[in-house]
Amino acid sequence: MIYLILIFFLLILMIGAAIYAVVQKDLLYAVIATGVISLVLTVLFYILQAPDVALTEAAIGVALTTIIFLITIRNTLRHEDEYNKKDKLKSPAK
Amino acid sequence: MSMVFEIIGGALLLIGSIFLFLGGLGIFRMPDVYNRLQAGTKATTLGGMSLILGVGFLMVETNWAWLVKAAIIVIFIAFSNPISSHALARAMYKRKRYPIITSKDENMDAYREAYENEKKEEDA
Amino acid sequence: MIYIIYISFSFMIVGLLLAAIRFIKGPTAGDRTVALDTLTTILVAGLVLLGYVFGRYIYLDVALVYGVLGFIGVIVIARYLEGAL
Repeated sequence: MIYLILIFFLLILMIGAAIYAVVQKDLLYAVIATGVISLVLTVLFYILQAPDVALTEAAIGVALTTIIFLITIRNTLRHEDEYNKKDKLKSPAK
Repeated sequence: MSMVFEIIGGALLLIGSIFLFLGGLGIFRMPDVYNRLQAGTKATTLGGMSLILGVGFLMVETNWAWLVKAAIIVIFIAFSNPISSHALARAMYKRKRYPIITSKDENMDAYREAYENEKKEEDA
Repeated sequence: MIYIIYISFSFMIVGLLLAAIRFIKGPTAGDRTVALDTLTTILVAGLVLLGYVFGRYIYLDVALVYGVLGFIGVIVIARYLEGAL
C-alpha cells in the first residue's frame, strides 16, 4: 500500500515538474525542473526493477543535461519577456 | 546476535526518517534562503546517513558487504552535501540577497565587511 | 520490522511533499535549488531503503552513483547564479 502511494506521488511529482518546466517563463527554473524530472525518473526506473537504466539516467540526467542546458542559457537572457522586449527594441521597423 | 543488529538497524531507520521529515518541514517553514539551506541540508544529511547505516546494519547478517557499501555511500554524502550547500550560499550572497538579521549586534554579519573590502580592492 | 519500514516511508513521503511545495512556491532561484538538493538527498536515502525491500545487493550501486553525482547539478546552478560559469 505504501509503495503504491509512493509510486503515485512520484508520478504526480514528475508530471507536475514537466508541466512546470514547459509553462515557466524563466529558463533557469525550467532547467531546475528538468533536474527534478530526471531525479524522479531514476527512482521510477529503480522501482520497475531496471537498475542499469536507472544508472544511465542518473549519470546523464544530473550531470550532462544540466550542464549543457546551463551553458546554453548562459548566452541568452533568463526571462523570455526580456528577450522579446529587447528584440522589439532592436528592430522597431517591423 | 541477530536481534541486536535488528534493534540497532530499526532505531537508526526511525531516527533517519524522522530527520528527513524534519528537513522537509524546515525547508517549508523557514523564512529566507539561508535558513532553508541550513534546515534542508544539515537535517537531511544526518537523516540520510543514519538511514543508510541502518539499512547496512539490518542486512549485515545475510551479507556483510551491505554495511561496507552503505559506509561508502555515507562517506560520499558527507563529502558532497556540504560542498553543494556552501557553493549555493556563496552564490546567493554574491547576488546581494543578504540574510535577515534581527539582532542589534553589528558584528553579526562579519562576512559582509570582508566581502565589501575585497570588492573595493578588486575595483581599484 | 515491516511496520518500521512503513513508518519510514511515510515520513519520507511527507518530507518529499513539503520540499515539492517549496519547489513550486519558492520566490527565488536559490529556494528552488535548495528544494532540489533536499529532494536529491531524501530520494538517495529512499533508493537505499527500496534496495533493502527488494533484497538485492547490486541495487545499491544506483544510490552510490547518485550520491557521487547528485551535487554536480547544484554546483553548476550555483556557479551560474554567481555569474562565473
